[in-house]
Amino acid sequence: MTAVVQTAPLGRAPLDFKEGGFRRNLKRHSTPYLLGLVGMAWLLILFVIPLISGLAVSLMSGNPQDGYTFTWNWSVYSDIFVNSDVPYVTFLIRGLVYAASATIVTIIVGFPLAYFIAFRVSRRWKNALLLLVTLSFFVSFVIRTDMWAFVLSDQGPVLTVLRDLHLASKDFHILGTAGAVIGGLAYNDLAFMVLPIYVALERIDPRLIEASADLYGNKTNTFMRTILPLTRSGIFAGVLLVFIDCAGDPVNASLLGGTHTYVIGQAIQDAYLTNQQYNVAAALSTILMIVLGIILFAYARIVGTDNIEDLV
Amino acid sequence: MNDRMPDPALLRGLTRRRISRRTMLQGMLGGVSMAAVAASLAGCSIQGSVSSQAQQKVDWNAFWAKQKPTKKLNFANWPLYIDQSHGKYPSLEAFTKKTGIAVNYQQVIQNNAPFYAAVAPELRAHEDTGYDIVVMTNGWELTEMIVNGFVMELDHSRLPNFAKYGAENVKNPPYDPKNKHSVVWQTGFTGLAYNEKLAPKPVTSFQDLLDPVFKGHIGMMNDNTELGSAGLLAIGVNPTTSTPSDWRKAAAWLKKQRPLVSGYYDQSYIDRLSNGDTWVSQAWSGDIFQAIAGGNKHLKFVIPEEGQMIWHDNMMIPMQAQNPLSALSWMNFYYTPEIAGMVEDWVNYVCPVPDAKDYILHTLKDPDVANSPLVFPDAATDKKSHDFYVFKNYDEYEEWNKVFNPVIQS
Repeated sequence: MTAVVQTAPLGRAPLDFKEGGFRRNLKRHSTPYLLGLVGMAWLLILFVIPLISGLAVSLMSGNPQDGYTFTWNWSVYSDIFVNSDVPYVTFLIRGLVYAASATIVTIIVGFPLAYFIAFRVSRRWKNALLLLVTLSFFVSFVIRTDMWAFVLSDQGPVLTVLRDLHLASKDFHILGTAGAVIGGLAYNDLAFMVLPIYVALERIDPRLIEASADLYGNKTNTFMRTILPLTRSGIFAGVLLVFIDCAGDPVNASLLGGTHTYVIGQAIQDAYLTNQQYNVAAALSTILMIVLGIILFAYARIVGTDNIEDLV
Repeated sequence: MNDRMPDPALLRGLTRRRISRRTMLQGMLGGVSMAAVAASLAGCSIQGSVSSQAQQKVDWNAFWAKQKPTKKLNFANWPLYIDQSHGKYPSLEAFTKKTGIAVNYQQVIQNNAPFYAAVAPELRAHEDTGYDIVVMTNGWELTEMIVNGFVMELDHSRLPNFAKYGAENVKNPPYDPKNKHSVVWQTGFTGLAYNEKLAPKPVTSFQDLLDPVFKGHIGMMNDNTELGSAGLLAIGVNPTTSTPSDWRKAAAWLKKQRPLVSGYYDQSYIDRLSNGDTWVSQAWSGDIFQAIAGGNKHLKFVIPEEGQMIWHDNMMIPMQAQNPLSALSWMNFYYTPEIAGMVEDWVNYVCPVPDAKDYILHTLKDPDVANSPLVFPDAATDKKSHDFYVFKNYDEYEEWNKVFNPVIQS
């Protein structure tokens, strides 16, 4: 926001027809548009065009052999919801539930972590700890997840030890359960929650916490009524990043999941790559995007904050 | 924060007019582009795989007669699918030494569908794919390539070794009658494998997969051709000659078995089986042979009582290939006990040249490979092996998908 204040003139400057003045004026007025051009081109090429082409492909009909032609075939949407052999609605709901659970897990784990780094660690360790939070990104996402599949497998180190200690029964599995998928999602996206919350915590003026204490706020009260509201924007940004990323993810469910954890991301992947049903895949993506849009819009209206732009 | 920034409300008020003008501009741009998109949508389509090549009749005798020998061969194959020694390919070097043809060997095929998707646009446009030999598994993509006229018809007069040394199970396959377009590179079986140490009882038939003692430890394949074929074998139907009503019964069997299954896996099934996650799994013979050779001694491959599937990876010459004669020379060169033996001793799938057994046993002195029924199957094994169903058209393929996909996706 400060950038806007500095570059954009507040109010309209009177037109100046003195020599060179008009050109300078034009230059001054067009600068923000020119600066925004790259961003707009980015949005247009990488967001608007794919969005429209996705919608267009979903309205095609045909098959991979004869090709797909555009026929305004809206029935693909009703087919997905109503008379489909494959229960796509279940996959959609399952994907959203997993994403929501993973988001909650990242908040529960990520908030104390961010709080610790922001307030309890001396300044010279902060960068090192933040680097550790993002360290897992140095390894490919798929390989990281696959390593978990190895660690948590029935004959893997974790379950073998648990069974030997008689803490787990013979029939106890981790892999193939919804818990494994949610855990995988939360593990992979933890940094997306920690970093925005950390930024929000870091920005809190320590005098506010002192003020809260001066006003007889105990630790719980200070946390609930001062710190938490001030980090709302961080949590909000974290929820956006984690939830959106998890809702469409096919990797965790396929590597850590089993026969009852099939999610919408896998359905889209299979429709596109295995069955080459481009229209179904595009329709599923469009539905996912619309549903996510509605959820996030409602979420932003209910708990959104004004100062979200401070972070993003 | 507040001391260095104006009140947000004031800021909004001051900037409102600019924002609304910008949004209007964007809206106008959006409107114009939407109109343009709507206009262009009518002509919008994704081309299918059927091409005009299918309609073009080629006089193959004349085609082969006028081909001139070349000194190059571009060979596209799957990773780890040829003999290797110190980063070189001895069999290909022997070929180059004998014929003077330099081989550009590329391990670019990871899976049938993506590779087909990569070369199909060029083939459709009558362009050279850059490969003189491609290796594809018999399945929907291979059938597509043949039906669409994407591959050349072979001149068998230049392949005398194939007729002389080729195994019975690679000649005249149902997906390519009389080997008109393809000769087999390697063959493999899909049967069952189990872990003798962990499984509470030995596995002999598909019916064992309904036994609750295996609950949560059964791995099935997520390739619906493999999965569906297993279901068909389980209900006692030969998949090669099955009908859509059989498919539905097979799907019902697979759904009945579903609660015991721990997952439907891709190539990763072998890891699950090796590390003990699954005790019994659908399995490819070559993987199990290599896993046993690699130290997993308690894995065992079984041919189920009901039978097993046999599949072939086939060498084919794409249309517009630049060196078709070199491709034929290699195919002919490969079908000798020496060369097939060299490759087989490294690859360990099923050898298309039965006589290579003696070569591996006596010359290469590798009895493990030579005496393995998984590499050189006996007649009884051949009899129990069935080919995949060959789809006659897309509608059948779609029907198959419709029947078996709900088993995997649920």
